[in-house]
Amino acid sequence: MDDVLIRVEKLYKLFGNNPKKYMPLVHEGKTKDEILAETGHTLGLKDINLSINKGEIFVIMGLSGSGKSTLIRHFNRLIDPTEGMIKVEGTDVMQLGTKDLEQFRRHKMSMVFQRFGLLPHKTVVENVAYGLSIQGVGKAESKKKAVQWLDTVGLAGYEDQYPAQLSGGQQQRVGLARALCTDAEILLMDEAFSALDPLIRSEMQDQLIELQQTLHKTIIFITHDLDEALRLGDRIAILKDGEIVQQGEPEEILLHPATDYVEAFVRDVNRARALTVETVMKDPAYRITADTIEGALQQMKGFDKDYGYIVNEEGYQGVVTAEKLEEAYSANKDAHLTEEYYEEVEPLEQEAVLETVIPNTLDADYPLPVVDEDGQLTGRLTRGTLAEVLGESDRDDTKTGSRTRDEAGKKD
Amino acid sequence: MADSDWLTEIPQLDRADLREIRKTLDSGYREFSREYGELIESLFDPLLAFLVWFEKLLLATPWWLVIIVVAGLAYLASRSWKLGLGVVVSFLLIGYFGMWDNTMRTMSIILVCTLMAIALGVPIGILMARSDRTQSIVTPVLDVMQTMPAFVYLIPVVMLLGIGKIPGVIAVIIYAIPPVIRLTNLGIRLVDKDVLEAATAYGANPMQRLLGVQLPLAMPTIMAGINQTIMMALSMVVIASMIGVKGLGQPVLKSITNQYFTLGLLNGLAIVALAIIFDRVSQAYAKRAQRHMEGLDNG
Repeated sequence: MDDVLIRVEKLYKLFGNNPKKYMPLVHEGKTKDEILAETGHTLGLKDINLSINKGEIFVIMGLSGSGKSTLIRHFNRLIDPTEGMIKVEGTDVMQLGTKDLEQFRRHKMSMVFQRFGLLPHKTVVENVAYGLSIQGVGKAESKKKAVQWLDTVGLAGYEDQYPAQLSGGQQQRVGLARALCTDAEILLMDEAFSALDPLIRSEMQDQLIELQQTLHKTIIFITHDLDEALRLGDRIAILKDGEIVQQGEPEEILLHPATDYVEAFVRDVNRARALTVETVMKDPAYRITADTIEGALQQMKGFDKDYGYIVNEEGYQGVVTAEKLEEAYSANKDAHLTEEYYEEVEPLEQEAVLETVIPNTLDADYPLPVVDEDGQLTGRLTRGTLAEVLGESDRDDTKTGSRTRDEAGKKD
Repeated sequence: MADSDWLTEIPQLDRADLREIRKTLDSGYREFSREYGELIESLFDPLLAFLVWFEKLLLATPWWLVIIVVAGLAYLASRSWKLGLGVVVSFLLIGYFGMWDNTMRTMSIILVCTLMAIALGVPIGILMARSDRTQSIVTPVLDVMQTMPAFVYLIPVVMLLGIGKIPGVIAVIIYAIPPVIRLTNLGIRLVDKDVLEAATAYGANPMQRLLGVQLPLAMPTIMAGINQTIMMALSMVVIASMIGVKGLGQPVLKSITNQYFTLGLLNGLAIVALAIIFDRVSQAYAKRAQRHMEGLDNG
């Protein structure tokens, strides 16, 4: 996963008649508004540093005007930066000549657009095959491939329709199929789902996630919707006024917003849906590994709780309470700790979304155990943790004050 | 002259000076046309040969074959039997009233003019759409072409090339070409930026963008321009006849000078009939070719 595919360094974009001339002002650290007032130039992007790994979905999130659409257009140089470097697989995209750039766009990257960008005068199948026809691939071959991809996105049978005859969601599926049809390794998605209504959008997100599981493309996804970002992103960069204010994994951004701006965003997110058990659970303490009642009771006294998780070589087994142990101890202290003494409390899966585990956690008398795919105990989830994470009250405590905006921007 | 005269009288060039300017320009141009007239005329020889050949072809073809071909083309373009029938009826009437030959002559010259206007106008329009600079240069030229009375630019053309078909064709093209240029330019500039950007993102080169995206998407607008060009070419028929272009314009000219009302009316109606046929056929074709683009904006 840590195989860096795209590296962006010190990328600046100043819009205007003579951007080069005013770049020194930008380096002096003047703000976007100051530069606009002084020179009439608009600062589009400022000191963007990113490294995007092979096979991940990298989400760039920001509100309108934050420069996110500008940024994504730099990857395939639909917009040229004023300063900076973009390397894809070691190739400096900025150094490509016209012909090389065309080849690069044809084979390396494909793009999905907010407003679809389909060719209205071509049929659906011709649209999907567009990238291949630009490459000069034969009609029969490109059509065959296009039909396959149409089938993959669930639009089999629509081949000979025209885009105008399809609904918005269907048109975007065509856009997605077109992007996939060129077999480009990198997929640029510019607010690809933003123009769709919520239900369709969530369907498309599911489809993208599903496709990604088999295709392992490197996807750069632009959105203004944090919920979407959290749902899709392996990593997220948050853009404000052309600067990256924070980048990191979804949980990190959710639990440790770097600035007030990010925090304001994060406040409205449905955390119960965005976070998994793994990200909030506490360490797997209170293990009981002894196989006799006496040993178990001693271990429990050791960590001073009135319950414990019984663990053996096969992983988590169940929960035992002090009350029960003491009862058994008075009967026969050397007895083996067998199933009759413990409760087989259903453990939580660490991949589960918080929303799904709320009822069980609240019903349980003690923190619920969390296990991984192999059944090994990896943590525990308390009611307190759940309340803390989902509750509004102590948000400030979860924010690490030490991290400044600058640090967040430079961090990989 | 008193100093305050300029308040009441607009400052004016001396008559003598003015005459001098006119003389110099006129004699300069006359010399130019004497010097290069023949050379320039010979450049147009292939066009002239084609014009003559095409006119002879139309005149030599049996009338029923012409009607079948034109009606067939009209039907193919529009898929409307009504239009086909209209073509047959109007051509029969034209023939019945003794205007067949002139109509064929007019049709041949209009077709050639229109084709040339398209062949010249569309590329110019494309160039205009590509650069704002070209647009800012070409636009005033088009303004002059459209507003300058045709008689004024007929003078130098006739001086240079004499009287005949070629000056007529040039006059018609100058008059009729602006719409196709303007609307090609407009059409390409109005092409959805998103679609064009998508093509660029998939690595389309400028030619692929032009042929695959810009021209097809601009086609409705370009077709409107072509339609206007045809109409304007037809309206020039009478003026062109003044410099020796044969066809429906000459009887009209004759009826003006001799006050033959009916002759003028009949030939005028024949021009109208041709115009309506050209207009309906080209529009129906454009509409049919663009049918799938309807309701595009709901995306």
